[in-house]
Amino acid sequence: MTKSFDKTEWGLLLALPVLICLTFLLPAWVVNYIQVSLGTGLVALGVMIQMRAGLVSFGQGLYFCIGGYTAGLAGKFLGISDLFVLLVMGLLASVVIAFLLGFLLRRYREIFFAMLSLAVSMILFGLLSSTEELGSTDGFNLPQPTYLGWAPEGDLGETVLYVVTCVVTLGLALGLNRVLRSPLGYINEAIRENELRVEYLGTSAHRAVHITYVIAAAVSAAGGVLWAMALGHVDPEMTNWTTSGQFVFVSILAGTGNIAAPLIGTFLLEIVRVYAVEISPNTWQMILGTLMLLTIIFLPRGLWSLIASAKRKTAAPKASEIMEGN
Amino acid sequence: MASGKQAARSSAIRKSRHILMTATTLGLASVLAAAAPAQAEEGSVKIGFVTFLSGGAAGPFGVPARNAAELMIEAINAGSVPAPYASTGLAGKSIDPIFVDENSKQKNADYQKLVEKDEVDMVLGYISSSSCKAIAPEAEKAQKLTILFDCGTPQIFEEIVTDPQYTFRTGAHATMDNVAAARYLADTGAKTGSYAGINQNYAFGQDSWRDFSASMAQIDSNAKIAAEQFPKIYAGQYGSEISALLTSKPDVVHSSFWGGDMEAFVIQGSARGIFERAKVVLTTGETAMHRLGAQMPDGTIIGARGPHGDLAPESELNDWFRKAYYDRFGTLPTYPSYKMAQALLGVKAAADKAGSTDQDAVIGALKGLEWEGPSGKVSMALANGHQAIQGTAYGTYEFDKETGKASLVDIVRYDAECVNPPAGMNSIDWINSGFEGAKCD
Amino acid sequence: MLTAVAIAVDGLGFAAWLFLSSVGLTLVYGVMRILNIAHGGFYALGAYTSAWAIGLYTQTGSTIALTYLIIPLAALAAGLVSGLLVERGILRFMYGRDEVLMVLVTYAIFLVLEDATKLIWGTDSYVSYQPAYWLGTIDVFGLPYTVYKFLIVGVAILVGAALYFALNHTRTGKLLLVVIEDREVSSALGINVTLFFTVTFVIGATLGALGGALTAPEISVVPGIGAEIIVMAFAVIVIGGMGSIGGAMLGALIVGFSRAAFVHLYPPAELFSIYLVMAAVLTVKPYGLFALSESRKI
Repeated sequence: MTKSFDKTEWGLLLALPVLICLTFLLPAWVVNYIQVSLGTGLVALGVMIQMRAGLVSFGQGLYFCIGGYTAGLAGKFLGISDLFVLLVMGLLASVVIAFLLGFLLRRYREIFFAMLSLAVSMILFGLLSSTEELGSTDGFNLPQPTYLGWAPEGDLGETVLYVVTCVVTLGLALGLNRVLRSPLGYINEAIRENELRVEYLGTSAHRAVHITYVIAAAVSAAGGVLWAMALGHVDPEMTNWTTSGQFVFVSILAGTGNIAAPLIGTFLLEIVRVYAVEISPNTWQMILGTLMLLTIIFLPRGLWSLIASAKRKTAAPKASEIMEGN
Repeated sequence: MASGKQAARSSAIRKSRHILMTATTLGLASVLAAAAPAQAEEGSVKIGFVTFLSGGAAGPFGVPARNAAELMIEAINAGSVPAPYASTGLAGKSIDPIFVDENSKQKNADYQKLVEKDEVDMVLGYISSSSCKAIAPEAEKAQKLTILFDCGTPQIFEEIVTDPQYTFRTGAHATMDNVAAARYLADTGAKTGSYAGINQNYAFGQDSWRDFSASMAQIDSNAKIAAEQFPKIYAGQYGSEISALLTSKPDVVHSSFWGGDMEAFVIQGSARGIFERAKVVLTTGETAMHRLGAQMPDGTIIGARGPHGDLAPESELNDWFRKAYYDRFGTLPTYPSYKMAQALLGVKAAADKAGSTDQDAVIGALKGLEWEGPSGKVSMALANGHQAIQGTAYGTYEFDKETGKASLVDIVRYDAECVNPPAGMNSIDWINSGFEGAKCD
Repeated sequence: MLTAVAIAVDGLGFAAWLFLSSVGLTLVYGVMRILNIAHGGFYALGAYTSAWAIGLYTQTGSTIALTYLIIPLAALAAGLVSGLLVERGILRFMYGRDEVLMVLVTYAIFLVLEDATKLIWGTDSYVSYQPAYWLGTIDVFGLPYTVYKFLIVGVAILVGAALYFALNHTRTGKLLLVVIEDREVSSALGINVTLFFTVTFVIGATLGALGGALTAPEISVVPGIGAEIIVMAFAVIVIGGMGSIGGAMLGALIVGFSRAAFVHLYPPAELFSIYLVMAAVLTVKPYGLFALSESRKI
């Protein structure tokens, strides 16, 4: 694949230094929300690429959890704290499991895919919730990450973890963008439009779905590792259906138009929630629900359509858009 | 649809997009602007309160705790709490609260926001053990005084933060609830030939059953386990579980159900006679006593996760608290309210003793402190003065049909040293050692 | 033997509750192709209205017998008001949108309903056990069961039969089947599709509220009960086949009996029994047991 960088990819590359600079510009608590949003945003990204093939996974928390728990278990029982090793382990675990489950799930579409993926994730939830050795529903804590033998402490440690999170997230986003532009990406869109035609044209829809499922699982697991390391704690709530549901809602709300949309959407939703809680701690869900409805009414194609339509109007892109990866 | 209409509509959509776009930009800008630290009001202490304000734990725990916090803050600021807490504020400074919902996926980020953006002087809260496990290390990292007031897992200072500097817990952990329940059965001469458990299938329920069955094995080595049921939390329907309990014919049924689940179990179980066929122990039964009234069968053994609520010893402070709470909210305070009041009075006692609300001064004074709460004496005896121990009590339910009043009789009190492991000893090891070094009267 | 009987009766009781809680969901999906998360909100509204009304009524000290009238009335009131508000106020502007987007819409509505319920009734629990007690218990092989449980089983059968009859043996029902089959053609034939949608949604909401209202006397009504039934109801209708009334009944029976069996024979697995069953059924029958056949458009 020797395609040149498209606008999105340039945007992602430019976003990296911007994101890293933010850690010095913004107060630490905002950076913290950005960091956790990148972790969960990766899972939303996993949901989004499946959505491009018309598949709605209501159980993506499964791989989010597998990533987090793999890192946690490796830390707890093997004493591994190297972030890169943990990432690789999380990816491997998720790819193996997704590859096997894929044979089952690739036959399903629409609501049946959604519910079966939900069922599988809830079985893991049940297993973890009854494993007292792993803290049951309370979960357990993770060690501080190290990097190839380097163990930065305190503020430096947090900054390093943030930077690594940004690099990994944007790297994966870039890779996924390549996937969307590859033949697989176009086959997926064709599957969403009309699967039967894809089969008539001589391509295996099952195979494309299977590959997409594994890729989505890997990305989500990476998100799980990064999120768990930032938090220092994992619990089975990661694979509960309410968590998976939120990933789906973010993806729909953000729109499937661009690879950056779920990442930005996750952060925006998080900030909206924080302010809703601050304004009205007792009825913040109502505020959140109302805002969601308004967004759907006015922006049926997701938040990303705001940026897309603005772009069409102004020929010269503004700096803010470059930052957001357009 | 006419094309003109369509055009008008699409232009309207475009306009609204513009508005939304501006709104989003403004929203982002305000986030950044708000990020600039807001100056705290001079002469006040800002406390972040984190309890469940939505979800299933809000009704039984989160909201009663928040109510108690509101009541106590007002009383402390006005100086209307009885002696020795009659002075105004914390060392003269009034409390300025900010409430946050614990029901959030990003608890740690929310905590950081409280500390950095809202610039609270301390954080007080956390009901779920899962939250406490995640927050305790965060508090140490942020170097911010954090007081856990309710969560039950013994692991906090046994495993998670073994050398706490900034984290305190003003409530005893959950081990004593179940140790005392087993002791109470023995002390009241209940038949304990076989016992069964119905506990929620999550950490608190599993731990409760583990501690209770281990304690029973120590206290009555002939007792046998008849059945173990672990329904999903918030299941609400316990028909099958009750049938399974009935068919196993136990002498004792232990349950750490709480809130709506516990009330549902009492309603469904009492209708089907499980309370007549077995002695039922409800370790958190106190929260439902006054609501269920005649529906709670007489003879049920009731706990309150400490000497709270109806199990609280008589004192001027307790009478004042019950009356003030009832006058304001129309119900009697339950144990989450007591625990919140206990935590706030502990903070007040520490600040008054130090004569300052400076973080280091409060921490220094709170370490190893002893104070009187509405439920009696509390002392920060474990984990280098960071973990409270407290006695507990159990009672037997009795409903007076004439007056329509629920009360507890045959109350047995247990000293802290009788139902808690000594410093440095793991809870389950202590039970299995036969309660080594326990001092019971 | 005793265990087998207990499993049968417990399973039946649980299945009846599941069916009543999920039949509205399958009806709305079958007709409108909306996977309605707000169904949980209607269930909670029904439960609160019923518990609250029973509480007010019993305070007067009158005969308990009338509470059995209060329950369906409470469900009707809650379902009519909230169903009409949601359908006329929000959903009708969204018809024709993507199915997935509609899930998000109903989720947003659910969030709003949750807090609205909290604003109306507060966070304290409501108990209204009188109707569940008044009828007493009967012994089945020495195991006492409340008569109320059997009453719920009866209501579930009645609701199922009524829906079946209304759909297959009335003119309106047959027209509705046409709407399900092809929306555009039926619209062209002069069927008022919008009216059908409104009525269906309100009936669905009322059925959800009825599930809650009937359950209220057996439980303690607290915030969050709506969220609990959503996934369970989804599982039931997916197992049975989306949009099929008979499927919902069969799904409820399968889930009900298997859960009861797990509780009696292997309690630790109760937590995920429903998901095990769903995974097992979908593996064998990928579109549920009573899948409606759909013509694939090339």
